[in-house]
Amino acid sequence: MNPRRKKRLTIIASIFIGLSFVTGLVLYALSQNIDLFYKPSEILNGKIDSGVIPINGQRLRIGGLVVPGSVHRDVNSLKVNFKLTDMKMPIEFKDSDIMVTVQYDGILPDLFREGQGIVANGVLTNDLVIEASEVLAKHDENYMPRELADDAGEKHEKPTYTKKQLAGSN
Amino acid sequence: MWKWLHPYANPEVTYHFTGKILPWFVALTVITLSTGLVWALLFAPADYQQGDSFRIFYIHVPAASLSMGIYVGMAVAAFCSLIWQLKLADASAAAMAPVGAVFTAIALLTGSAWGKPMWGTWWIWDARLTSELILLFLYLGVIALHNAFEDKNLAGRAASILTLVGVINIPIIKYSVEWWNTLHQGSTVSKLGKPSMTIDMLWPFIFCFLGFALLVTTIICIRFRTEILARNSIRPWVRNLVILENK
Repeated sequence: MNPRRKKRLTIIASIFIGLSFVTGLVLYALSQNIDLFYKPSEILNGKIDSGVIPINGQRLRIGGLVVPGSVHRDVNSLKVNFKLTDMKMPIEFKDSDIMVTVQYDGILPDLFREGQGIVANGVLTNDLVIEASEVLAKHDENYMPRELADDAGEKHEKPTYTKKQLAGSN
Repeated sequence: MWKWLHPYANPEVTYHFTGKILPWFVALTVITLSTGLVWALLFAPADYQQGDSFRIFYIHVPAASLSMGIYVGMAVAAFCSLIWQLKLADASAAAMAPVGAVFTAIALLTGSAWGKPMWGTWWIWDARLTSELILLFLYLGVIALHNAFEDKNLAGRAASILTLVGVINIPIIKYSVEWWNTLHQGSTVSKLGKPSMTIDMLWPFIFCFLGFALLVTTIICIRFRTEILARNSIRPWVRNLVILENK
């Protein structure tokens, strides 16, 4: 390689390495803000690296798995409450898991079901209770044909609403 | 080692060479893409939770990975253009940028159309979606720089620097779903070990992916040839081509 090319290569390589280093540091510093949501255990114990615990009245997002059997829907309106616990692999639910209750008044996304990942946006009203204004379904990366899912005993019914419930919310 | 490549630094040689391989790319694209799309959209089994909406996966995932792939290709060209000052490297980067921008836009739009019924929102500022949007802006910046200067060499140098700086965004997009918690799911296909899909869903995807990759190659090949002609329009060999065409 001739000296001029070598010089250009050094300049470009050093600019590139410097920039990647800076970007890496910035992203590391901002990583808590880049995280989309708190996990239920982080609401109680604080973020893993910084220990920041959300205070009551704080607006935040929470993400976790809907605990099976914890979904309670009002028969006369769209009000619903359910418990969330940390996402982990393999998926299993224990009574000792940290659970956060989410209260919501609105239509749930089609993918909402027990055991499903959910991201809710709302206000932390009490130590472990969130008044949500928006509930989003977090789809996992697994895709399966219907027959196979039936064999595996997967639930795949989307939430349905009666006329009474839809009318009761207004 | 690289001696065999040297003749292709000549625009005329490259122009004729790409002309020879282009029909093969066109034929392969038509075969794989039509097989893949028909298989994926009509015959692949529907997903147990999402039903038929999941078929957007067969367009969204190839578009998203190619948007990153094209960027890496463009960065390699930009690197060669800066170090060895190859004019053809600039031409190829200029040919790739708009194709990459379109595929990024396709990935964002199809993702959004899927997100509304499945997640419950068109858009969320999570790490994956935001970094992919930044990729679109990088492409638009590169296109703008290529067209901002009368002097193509100067334009090429400015665009190359932006391209190389933007390369940092590629690993961020790729690993965003692992480094931070996001609403976007992790990767289904490109992970170590088993893909999270059954085999009768995976095969159509492989065809779709190859089909879109070949489509990208074909379009870039055509754009590259026009770019070579445009940049060499005063050369005798291009004039001779025109004279031959008109005879």
